[in-house]
Amino acid sequence: MTLRRKDLIGLEDLSRREILSILDTAEAFRSVFDRPVRSVPIMRGKTVVNLFFEPSTRTRISFELAEKRLSADIVNFSASSSSLKKGETLRDTAQNIEAMKVDMIVMRHSSPGAAAYLANVLDASVINAGDGAHEHPTQGLLDIMTMRQRLGNLEGKKVTIIGDISHSRVARSNIYGLTTLGAEVTVCGPPTMVPGAMAKLGARVEHDLKSAVADADVLNILRIQLERQSQMVFPSNREYSLLFGVTEDVLRQTKPDCFVMHPGPMNRDVEISSEVADGPRQVILDQVTNGVAARMAVIYLLSGGDPGQLGAPAA
Amino acid sequence: MTFVEKTNIMNGKEVRRAMTRIAHEILEANKGTDDLVLLGIQRRGVPLAGMIVEAIERVEGEKVPQGAIDITFYRDDLSTIGPAPRINETNVPIDVADKIVILVDDVLYTGRTVRAAIDVIMDWGRPRAIRLAVLVDRGHRELPIRPDFVGKNVPTSQREIIKVRVTEFDGAEEVVVGEVHE
Repeated sequence: MTLRRKDLIGLEDLSRREILSILDTAEAFRSVFDRPVRSVPIMRGKTVVNLFFEPSTRTRISFELAEKRLSADIVNFSASSSSLKKGETLRDTAQNIEAMKVDMIVMRHSSPGAAAYLANVLDASVINAGDGAHEHPTQGLLDIMTMRQRLGNLEGKKVTIIGDISHSRVARSNIYGLTTLGAEVTVCGPPTMVPGAMAKLGARVEHDLKSAVADADVLNILRIQLERQSQMVFPSNREYSLLFGVTEDVLRQTKPDCFVMHPGPMNRDVEISSEVADGPRQVILDQVTNGVAARMAVIYLLSGGDPGQLGAPAA
Repeated sequence: MTFVEKTNIMNGKEVRRAMTRIAHEILEANKGTDDLVLLGIQRRGVPLAGMIVEAIERVEGEKVPQGAIDITFYRDDLSTIGPAPRINETNVPIDVADKIVILVDDVLYTGRTVRAAIDVIMDWGRPRAIRLAVLVDRGHRELPIRPDFVGKNVPTSQREIIKVRVTEFDGAEEVVVGEVHE
């Protein structure tokens, strides 16, 4: 169980063994949260920079907490207060930061491929905290961790993802990770958000909500980006909510133990009704707690040694 | 690389006797079972701590609290660990504040594992004292740490490896000395 890699760009490149190794490590970190001291000293003296070129609250706080609970030194950078405004390129910004001797960079960026680009030009480890519509691997890992806590082995389990699949990095990371673990993924939403070509990723495409949820073990409901309404992706919040919103009524048509997830932030009464969001079938706050543990696991495993040393016998 | 066994230095009976003697020494030093907590270091320290708890129960008729600690996240060698080590459960069953903690491990070598284990315990609370019990002390300390209770002192060279086997994980109970051959 080792991560023989410098960076985490997406779940697309991870093997089943690597994903399971991250999830097992994340469970060990999760148990640390119940101790009187919720941090461990393993990353003392390592420096992590959080580079956020796009606004983010939950992911940034979650990464920060993960780093602090590993006792790493951290620096936060957000685009609004940076020299990007003065025209500096991503490469120059990142190389300048690396020249200050940092071990790891966590980056959120609006361009797909930005994290992979950075990983290629830097010696520091790079963790993708979301690159455009490409991937958001740590969100995928925390979602899968939450599913595994409820369902055990995910082989053959049925996961339905509902929302704007084609523009969602969360959906992509979920699909890659879940199919690698043998789960059966169904994606559901209006055809403008779920083109038939999504089937190429290994998911079943369904445009009717009732058929998409009927045999699901879990529903992962994605946030609808309201700003896309102006791009004619969907006519109105009300129409989306009527056709694809997950309500108590929709849940009655699922298996009785089917549960509900949402990566946040929620648009209440658009993609998820308030009753469902506060109801007994949701595990949304478990996802948030698991997020810190999953990020600790990724940071820890990526820092766990020089790849040249891997394969040497443990002491 | 293969592990070549050279000598068997303790058989199952000898291991049991050593742990029983350590139980008596702990009781004598502590004047009974008051405030005792036994914490085994994962993995082989855990069943060894269990043996001491059983021996104490036979003598005093009282079961002292027992737990397990994993030191992985407290190691001082993150950048040279190599393969991600297996992480085991940490289970501290009671508040250790003002308790006498007996830390139990199979082999005492550099002292780095014990250093990490002391830090784990301190994060759970402030014990009145922490004592160290080990089945084998093989020398070569790199830190100022010494055991309070020792099963057997075994002078070794640094090339040698001490293997403690316990029924739970290895299907046998014994201590062997060997060497790794390329």
